[in-house]
Amino acid sequence: MNVRIRFAKYGAVKFIGHLDVMRYFQKAVRRAGLKIAYSQGFHPHQIMSFASPLGVGITSEGEYMDMELTTEYTPKEIVDRLNEAMVEGFTVLSCRILPESLNGRKRETAMSLVTAADYLVFKKQSNDCRISENGKELRSEWARFYGQRNIPVVKKVKKSNTETSIDLKPFLYGTDYYEVAESDAMTEITPHIAGTDYYELETIPDFTGELKELYKRNDWFYVPLRVSAGSADNIKPELVMEAFALFLGCEDTDSLHWQIHRLDMYTGEAPELKRL
Amino acid sequence: MADTTNYIRKLALSDEILMAVDKPARYIGGEVNMVKKNPREVDIRFCMCFPDVYEVGMSHLGIQILYDMFNKRDDTYCERVYSPWPDLDKKLREKNIPLFALESQEPLKDFDFLGITLQYEMCYTNILQILDLSGIPLHATDRTEDDPIVIGGGPCAYNPEPLADFFDFFYIGEGETVYYEILDKYKAHKAKGGTRKEFLEIVADIEGMYVPQFYDVTYNADGTLASFEPNNIHAKKKIRKQVEMELSDTFYPEKPLVPFIRAIQDRVVLEIQRGCIRGCRFCQAGMLYRPIRERNVEFLKELATKMLRSTGHEEISLSSLSSSDYSCLKELVYYLIDTFQNDGVNISLPSLRIDAFALDVMSKVQDIAKSSLTFAPEAGSQRMRNVINKGLTEDVILDGATEAFKGGWNKVKLYFMLGLPGEQEEDIRAIAELSNAIAKTYYDTIPKSERKGKVQITTSTSFFVPKPFTPFQWVRMATAEEFEGARKVLSSAIKEQLNAKSIKYNWHDSDITMLEGVFARGDRRCAALLEGAYKDGCLFDSWSEYFRNDIWMKQFEKTGLSLEFYTSRERDKDELFPWDFIDAGISRNFLYREYEKSKQEAVTPNCRKRCAGCGAAQFHGGVCYEPRNEAGESIPSETLIADC
Repeated sequence: MNVRIRFAKYGAVKFIGHLDVMRYFQKAVRRAGLKIAYSQGFHPHQIMSFASPLGVGITSEGEYMDMELTTEYTPKEIVDRLNEAMVEGFTVLSCRILPESLNGRKRETAMSLVTAADYLVFKKQSNDCRISENGKELRSEWARFYGQRNIPVVKKVKKSNTETSIDLKPFLYGTDYYEVAESDAMTEITPHIAGTDYYELETIPDFTGELKELYKRNDWFYVPLRVSAGSADNIKPELVMEAFALFLGCEDTDSLHWQIHRLDMYTGEAPELKRL
Repeated sequence: MADTTNYIRKLALSDEILMAVDKPARYIGGEVNMVKKNPREVDIRFCMCFPDVYEVGMSHLGIQILYDMFNKRDDTYCERVYSPWPDLDKKLREKNIPLFALESQEPLKDFDFLGITLQYEMCYTNILQILDLSGIPLHATDRTEDDPIVIGGGPCAYNPEPLADFFDFFYIGEGETVYYEILDKYKAHKAKGGTRKEFLEIVADIEGMYVPQFYDVTYNADGTLASFEPNNIHAKKKIRKQVEMELSDTFYPEKPLVPFIRAIQDRVVLEIQRGCIRGCRFCQAGMLYRPIRERNVEFLKELATKMLRSTGHEEISLSSLSSSDYSCLKELVYYLIDTFQNDGVNISLPSLRIDAFALDVMSKVQDIAKSSLTFAPEAGSQRMRNVINKGLTEDVILDGATEAFKGGWNKVKLYFMLGLPGEQEEDIRAIAELSNAIAKTYYDTIPKSERKGKVQITTSTSFFVPKPFTPFQWVRMATAEEFEGARKVLSSAIKEQLNAKSIKYNWHDSDITMLEGVFARGDRRCAALLEGAYKDGCLFDSWSEYFRNDIWMKQFEKTGLSLEFYTSRERDKDELFPWDFIDAGISRNFLYREYEKSKQEAVTPNCRKRCAGCGAAQFHGGVCYEPRNEAGESIPSETLIADC
């Protein structure tokens, strides 16, 4: 059977890089005693794939991982057994059994399906950058930034160690202030219906609730952001925030000014998006 | 995994720092199977330290054993710390952040104990870094009632003298035996409100514990040791090493820690036995861990199952000094293959003699095309192998290689030492000749049509460092120039071989080796070298990119100490050695006998063939007490119990 799990990554483990998260889940599946399928050959690896790598330092409640199991389990069993094997900072939130692929066609993995992602970006307090701490001021600056016709940025290409200039604007899909945290507000999102093929934790922790309350109370800046993601036009939220820092006239553009939190990932063509 | 306490961990480092350093996962703790306790609800806080980078330290079995053992006690919370990499080191100093333990993220200075494992000499500057960054005075005698008690242990504790100034006490031998006694006595002592000195006196009364400040040392005019005498009534004249004789009924972690980032050992490590019967004369471990003691095979099977389940590792490695000597090896290995191979578990068997069994196992668990065979002849000529008592002949090597080549392997790794006692040019050249002979065996054995490319021989040499408690503790170590000379002879000898194109040669740095030689057989005066080098910027000396030989050489000038005195000097038979106050269970007479035999190129049979009378029988167990057949050969106890 093929399943897709959704999980959260928060707290200290936000410093674990993507490759190590993969290794962590490979071992977690074994600790959970789930019978997973292996590739052939002398160096068999688990049939497991992740939707989209998360940058170091970013937290998330919208990570997806597909895997192929060789024994039948209920989605609840999978969630429960994996959570038994988790450490603090990783929580498996839901599991969905994927339908059989038709006519022997290659199954589409979460990785190939993802087209967009939602984030919440918080302006970190008390670091010594020159960006204003005033929420009202930053909100209006953000509106001006987002409203530009073009948002040119320089994107570094790691492999060739070169830089290319791109326009971010076509890849930004929304920023509905104060609303998007419950991201369904931006577009109609197909909800998953609990049943034999789907299970989610009865109480999903509110990963950012406390932080949002704190920010609202003190009139600090935080903003939702929906961007293009996936294999075609992957836009890292860090890049958008770098561009914003530059727009504010801050030369020190590294992403330390912001705490970014991924809310969810979607497939389909914006604005007609569907949760993975 | 449920959190057993309501204690909330808060990282010691800010996001800004963690985002700016390499591999921040080194410093956040929270790994799989990390023990969580509320530090406010325990009596004793113990921090275990491996003074090297996280990925190295996390691979060490000894700390995993003690971590598990200490945390079994409700009154003790054992945590961990490793050396901060130079990038973080710099930030901690800039921002005045005290070094912290991974579990609670709280400063080391608030702990009751800091236990540092001493695995190799070139990590000594890192010990000073740990103390310094923690705000603990470097010198034991400068510490106050508020500072942790600093303990050293591990193989280098068998000559603790270069580190004597920096430690409150050393635990000589295996940790399983008296650590609980130490913790119990500390708890009672703390409840009573006793002083640091009183506690050290209590410790000095426990067998195997060495408190350096309770001893005075004097020197002769020629620099050798004149006397080594206790100055405290509690200090013993001889410190007897600790040995765990019940290896099948003792502490072993069923839930070892699993790091987030890849450690050197990214696998379950199963120690199948402790000690070695072989008696190689250069090998300190082979002497220190006598007598050989096997673990029960059923105990090992159960442990393997539990550890694979609790870690999720996809590989298990059998650990010992010479796996082939474990009497139930076949039963254990085939059990592991049958039970776990369908779950994608790989089995690795280092230190295995290459024979039919080994090749069968390797063909089942490894990809022949990618894996390589490893031989450690240590010396190139039979004469020199007799000198070092390495019971491996050229025939055995070539036969093993022939079988392996027939089985499809074409990669061979060879390990040798240069600068062995009495080494002649022909012994060096013999390394090249043996490498060539193995290559020739391949071309003779495998017809051209069946060859998959060239045979790949990788020949590596290290430089020999004489170690305490070995028959070579008296020997003159080669100089850096002699080492370099030997390396050049070997380099050109390899180039002259017919199959030179199939042989790749790797070697080590001789400067680092010289310092290793100084600290291996050094005395208390060497502390000044160490402290000076650390203060002038030496750190991570075992990492060649950080090793600064110029700074080290300056310390010899500053202190007036001589490198050659410690390294390139033949010792008199009766010279008082700095480590002579330790009773490692093997007699000095035996070691000297072995040294004499080495000069005659005479071989000593292994412990199972014939007892060489080393003295380890005083521990009343292991190979020394195995029943013997008419020929005088011992019958391993495991064979009797498990019928394997």
